[in-house]
Amino acid sequence: MGFLFEDDNFSLFRDGFLQTIELSALSALLALLLGTLLAAFRVSPVPVLRAFGTAWVTLFRNTPLTLLFFAVEFGLPPLGVHFSHLVFGVLALGGYTASFVCEVIRSGINTVPLGQAEAARSLGMTFGQTLTLVVLPQAARTVLAPLSSVFIALPRNSAIAGAFSVGELYSVQQTFSERGYAIFAIFFWVACAYLVISAAVATLFRVLESRLAVAR
Amino acid sequence: MAENPVEDSTPAAAPLVVLSGVNKHYGALHVLQDIDLEIVQGEVVVLIGPSGSGKSTLCRTINRLEPIDSGAITLDGRPLPAEGRELARLRAEVGMVFQSFNLFAHKTVLENVVIGQVKVRKVARPEAEKTARELLERVGVGAQADKYPAQLSGGQQQRVAIARALAMKPKVMLFDEPTSALDPEMVNEVLEVMRQLAADGMTMVVVTHEMGFARSAANRVLFMADGRIVEQNTPDAFFTAPRSDRAKDFLSKILHH
Ligand SMILES: Nc1ncnc2c1ncn2[C@@H]1O[C@H](COP(=O)(O)OP(=O)(O)OP(=O)(O)O)[C@@H](O)[C@H]1O
Ligand SMILES: [Mg+2]
Repeated sequence: MGFLFEDDNFSLFRDGFLQTIELSALSALLALLLGTLLAAFRVSPVPVLRAFGTAWVTLFRNTPLTLLFFAVEFGLPPLGVHFSHLVFGVLALGGYTASFVCEVIRSGINTVPLGQAEAARSLGMTFGQTLTLVVLPQAARTVLAPLSSVFIALPRNSAIAGAFSVGELYSVQQTFSERGYAIFAIFFWVACAYLVISAAVATLFRVLESRLAVAR
Repeated sequence: MAENPVEDSTPAAAPLVVLSGVNKHYGALHVLQDIDLEIVQGEVVVLIGPSGSGKSTLCRTINRLEPIDSGAITLDGRPLPAEGRELARLRAEVGMVFQSFNLFAHKTVLENVVIGQVKVRKVARPEAEKTARELLERVGVGAQADKYPAQLSGGQQQRVAIARALAMKPKVMLFDEPTSALDPEMVNEVLEVMRQLAADGMTMVVVTHEMGFARSAANRVLFMADGRIVEQNTPDAFFTAPRSDRAKDFLSKILHH
């Protein structure tokens, strides 16, 4: 266990940890924004937008994440799109997670009685106003629990980025293995780090849930 | 539009709501069949008829919550636009009160009445709150302003819903069975508010089974059956001497309950 505090191991580990957090946080942000937008598309009165939302979800939810990383890393540069490995990772992971966020939010929207949206529309609210002022705030409460599972899974999924040159936590594990440390000790520390992140996400959602429960 | 002190027979006023040749289908079901209807400013029209005859659908086409297949609807001389911003603006001029109230559950009573003014009419918040409090006072729920809808009785919620619609300063108010979901002892407090509104000159379309209200507040009763307006008359004439068999049959059923 003590190897972590030898040589530059700790700073390597810390950098990986921070990189995982950065990758996860950016992906989560992208997933939340894009997922909400996609959910809005899927319930919108415009057929083209609905089709786009459905296509995105079908494509991204059913493709293995590793394949998505491949597609982004090796598919975009020939098209003239050049970003850092981190940004590519965020695009793949964010786009993938967005499809799950979309479905969670859409099911949340469906729990809000139709009469709420009708009342909003009959007051003269636009589709966007109806969604953001009336429907989404009411969907938020039911959506939090399933959303928390999606966002707890996200940092774990981010490990795949390690295989695509992002220096995150899981890739640090490989470096340590190459340096010949005991595999059990390495995994112990890496697992601890993921546990800390998951626990932090879970706590965040629990706080949000209790906040929303009071505000009413 | 000239002021007209006479209650009935107001030929001078241009019609506020006009439906001409309106048809609507739900799949194979022809819910609205060649509906022609003109409603003048200040008129109170009561829609009655058996369940499934298309009353709600007709009511909801007037603010285009339900699109129509053919025909035309104009409000104050302007045709209802297709879905979009333009339609939203027009909807703000048509108040709607639902059977199940549909107050925004996550907003306080005051906020329910404020939100449309601020977000749709772009009224400054202090002014919107002042208007909201006055309206809540007028419908008798001023003391409940800071509560959430779920904390109110059905009758109170429906009165808040009326205030919410009135806050938009609508030209017409649509009521779709506003008292059907209420316990009997709360029906009157809502009808009283509606009677007052009618007396103040609001143009109203009311789907209701409350014959007392129809007799005392309506200028005209429309009887619908199978997607058609089968008969229309003044309340007195309609209730004492219905002409069509469908209306006679319907009235005998509801009056013998
Ligand atoms: N969204 C819908 N899809 C399919 N059919 C519908 C829909 N809404 C209403 N209908 C049908 O259209 C007909 C007219 O319905 P509508 O609600 O207008 O009747 P109503 O006169 O208001 O009846 P009630 O007194 O029961 O409220 C009914 O047969 C109903 O089943
Ligand atoms: Mg109805």
